[in-house]
Amino acid sequence: MSSNSMPTSPHIGVYRWQITMTLSILHRLSGVVLLSGALGLVYWLVALALGPQAFAQAGCFFASWIGQVLLCAWSLAFFFHLLNGIRHLTWDAGFGFTKRVYRASGWLVVVSALVLTGFAWAFGWILAAGGAA
Amino acid sequence: MSDLRTPLARARSLGSGRNGTRHWLAQRITALALIPLGLAAVLLFFWVMHLGYARAVMVMHQPWVLLFVVLLVGVVFWHGFLGLQVVIEDYVPHRGRAFALITAARFVAVALALLGIISAALVTFRSF
Repeated sequence: MSSNSMPTSPHIGVYRWQITMTLSILHRLSGVVLLSGALGLVYWLVALALGPQAFAQAGCFFASWIGQVLLCAWSLAFFFHLLNGIRHLTWDAGFGFTKRVYRASGWLVVVSALVLTGFAWAFGWILAAGGAA
Repeated sequence: MSDLRTPLARARSLGSGRNGTRHWLAQRITALALIPLGLAAVLLFFWVMHLGYARAVMVMHQPWVLLFVVLLVGVVFWHGFLGLQVVIEDYVPHRGRAFALITAARFVAVALALLGIISAALVTFRSF
């Protein structure tokens, strides 16, 4: 190993599958997905500053199928990263460090993230229907 | 914040040779801040998304909304950069390349945060 190289961990293939490692990988992945969401947020703010035409264009983009897929991914990534982040913070505070608890909290995070994403979209649709009326 | 380590520990090369504690703490503090900010952002943007341009501008005209957007964008890119830095450190084994990438990410994060904040401020302070 050259002096320029940092030590690397063994390939994950040597481990049996566990919920904890999957969520650890997903936490990073959702974090990177959320960075692209931050890009979307900045795009929306810039469009708002540029004027009605740019704002309408941004609206069209977010209403297109690509925009909708992105919004779905960002909202799911958001709720997952939020809940799993809270799980991490409780570990940092010294709680939940037994096998039974971190497995249970992992599955709780997965289910809750899906449910909250569903709620958020339902809330959005109700607002959209209210706005149209 | 890096002073959580004693000078003796640093002299003995215990712990991070750079500023690991500070990074760790900043990541957690920004994470805590993002719990209320993120939840409020999702609620706000699901609401504002369906408004037309004129009403979105009206929402943005309120100073507390600008304050919220400034905090949100600032903390999002701060936390996002800290996370991306760890990802780069872990998956780019070449130190020089990792340093170049992290520095580039730092510039991009600051530029994007400023772009978002300035855009929001323009909307708030522009009279129409």
